[in-house]
Amino acid sequence: MPIKTEQFYLNVGPQHPSTHGVFRLRLSLDGEVVTDVEPIVGYLHRGIEKLAETRTYTQIIPLTDRLDYLASMTDNVAYCMAVEKLAGIKVPERAEYIRIIFSELMRVSSHMMAVGFYLNDCGAFFTPVLYMWREREKILDLFDMVCGQRLLYNYMRVGGVSQDLPDEFMPAIKKFVAEMPRYIGEYNQLIKQNEIFLARSKGVGILPRETAINIGASGPVLRASGVKWDIRKMDPYSIYDRFDFEIPTGEAGDCYDRYWVRMQEMTQSLRIIEQAMSQMPAKGPVCADVPQFFRPPAGETYGYIEAPKGNLGFYIVSDGSIAPYRLHIYPPTLINITALKDMVIGWKVADLIIIFGSMDVVLGEIDR
Amino acid sequence: MTLLDQFQLMLKSLGWPDWAVYLTPAIVGILIIIIFVLTVVIVFIWWERRLISRFQIRLGPNRCGPEGILQPIATAIKILLKEDIVPEKADKLIHFVAPIIVFVPILLIFAVIPFGAGAILVDLNVGIIYVIAISSISVIGIFMAAWASGNKYSYISGMRSIAQMVSYEIPVVLSLVGVALVAGSFSMLKIVEAQSIPFILLQPLGFLIFFLGSLAEMNRSPFDLLEADSEIVAGYHIEYSGMKFAMFYLGEYGVALAYSCIITTLFLSGWQGPLLPPIIWILIKVMLVFSVIVWIRSTLPRFRVDQLMAFAWKAMLPMAVINLVIIAIEVLLIPASLQWVMLILNFGFAGALILLWSKLFTLGGGRVEV
Repeated sequence: MPIKTEQFYLNVGPQHPSTHGVFRLRLSLDGEVVTDVEPIVGYLHRGIEKLAETRTYTQIIPLTDRLDYLASMTDNVAYCMAVEKLAGIKVPERAEYIRIIFSELMRVSSHMMAVGFYLNDCGAFFTPVLYMWREREKILDLFDMVCGQRLLYNYMRVGGVSQDLPDEFMPAIKKFVAEMPRYIGEYNQLIKQNEIFLARSKGVGILPRETAINIGASGPVLRASGVKWDIRKMDPYSIYDRFDFEIPTGEAGDCYDRYWVRMQEMTQSLRIIEQAMSQMPAKGPVCADVPQFFRPPAGETYGYIEAPKGNLGFYIVSDGSIAPYRLHIYPPTLINITALKDMVIGWKVADLIIIFGSMDVVLGEIDR
Repeated sequence: MTLLDQFQLMLKSLGWPDWAVYLTPAIVGILIIIIFVLTVVIVFIWWERRLISRFQIRLGPNRCGPEGILQPIATAIKILLKEDIVPEKADKLIHFVAPIIVFVPILLIFAVIPFGAGAILVDLNVGIIYVIAISSISVIGIFMAAWASGNKYSYISGMRSIAQMVSYEIPVVLSLVGVALVAGSFSMLKIVEAQSIPFILLQPLGFLIFFLGSLAEMNRSPFDLLEADSEIVAGYHIEYSGMKFAMFYLGEYGVALAYSCIITTLFLSGWQGPLLPPIIWILIKVMLVFSVIVWIRSTLPRFRVDQLMAFAWKAMLPMAVINLVIIAIEVLLIPASLQWVMLILNFGFAGALILLWSKLFTLGGGRVEV
């Protein structure tokens, strides 16, 4: 006689240490095996899109900080570039370089958090996170130097950046860029060959190439599935066409590839920072002459950049007033986690946690 | 003759009544052991927090007393002052009893741990078997806690605990039989006395199997699936607070201490050592074993549940059986005076077996079609 079994429903989140915020998953389990998953979002909804309609274009910048709060700088850049596109503002040369440097620093920092917490989800008791934090701290110090903030920077402005680099910044970043490859080597030495880590992540949570393209995934998640797509190369915005860098891609599209793509992207980001530092004009304006209450012409535009987590886009409709008529944010991680169901069904609860962790989600961006 | 027997003889010579002669030394011994366990557990909690913070390039608790030594006491006071919450859907009686069932067997283990020549509460002639039998009872307590909480996370944890404990008990017992074979006795005292060469050198493979198995038995990383805080949050003690949680917390470190003591006794030649008194040697070795456990915890990620089972049944069990057969043959053929031959042979076999398994062994598992 076969044993009678029952479906078992389990709520993971919104209060759960591994949902990276207030994400909620409603699981159907057969023993430990996930048979169905229903992601429920919206616990961190703050109405940023609606709030933006009642603020001037400059006042919206602090709101964008609160999207992907582990990569505020790139959120700022994405928004400012969309507004500049709408209003046709030319950004000074030096400001462009500063933006590139900070975007890439942000990418390194964001990937570090992603990899560290991914390993934490695998069950390594906070050691990888704290090792990653050691270097992230140095990046945050660099940010602190220029804008006095360590998490929500509000540094970019429409037309440039809010202030020029202080004198002590260039030596500090030169030191950081010189040191960093050694630390990345250390991370690889500690993590990459670990048998348990490999057993947990190789072949787990495969996102096939076709599915990745069909759902419109972007960022490291897409590249890990073997698609060589990076907006910095495919549709170079800002001055990315001046730099020489590669797009690391994975093959299998499993959790290991997503980890490894991120580690390689850190190295590439450092290459970009190095080139930008040597090419950057030593003097010059850092912000175009933009009035505080400027009125872009009526119309609409869509600006998008390659944020650390993928294709981050801002769709802005202007009616010619000082505030946008409508602002819509295209969040990369929300699009990426639409593949979650395909990836986790048939895996165990423990795999679900690491697959979700390998997507590198930030709830501030998903719920907006 | 153990210290306890000497104590009894002394009381008898003083003319105490028979029941007092029998009872007093036992109670004194039990009190000493409880005080010893609780003290060392507090040191363990402090040591783990300090050591793991060193591994994680941070300082760890260092404000409360010199080097933060009073931090565990502050933690204990904090835990005791917390509200004791029993969930509405919980089975109240079992929810209450479970922490006790987890904690008491751990104390019972210490009855047969020798802390010096003759310094043992009861020198059972079946010491090892007693340890194995008693330590298995904790699993029932864990499962009761998991079931009675009425929480789905703890339910998963309870199911994992049964599977994990039952699987890892077998290789652990088999590796202990090897020890008993070489020592020629199940008595803990006799085993220590038999270790002119520590058994960690004489049976390296047996030690490895026992060490990994005991990591699983005490729910330590990388086998900490019961408490997997990133998956099932805290597992079986998710619904516990206050004193009941403190029992689990003490139990967790108590079992770490118990297994450190057992490993010290069975494989690291117990109290034996030059110059220093026996109790100091015991403490040094126990701290050493515990430090390795903490080191592993701060370094390795966690196994998945099917990989955990595969590791027990496909790697550790066959290895333990082969190890047992090899040792049985060696005990038959090699005289006790030529133990160094056995040492060399066993190192060779251990290396060969581990190499062989690293080539042949696959964890398997993975995606299930649903």
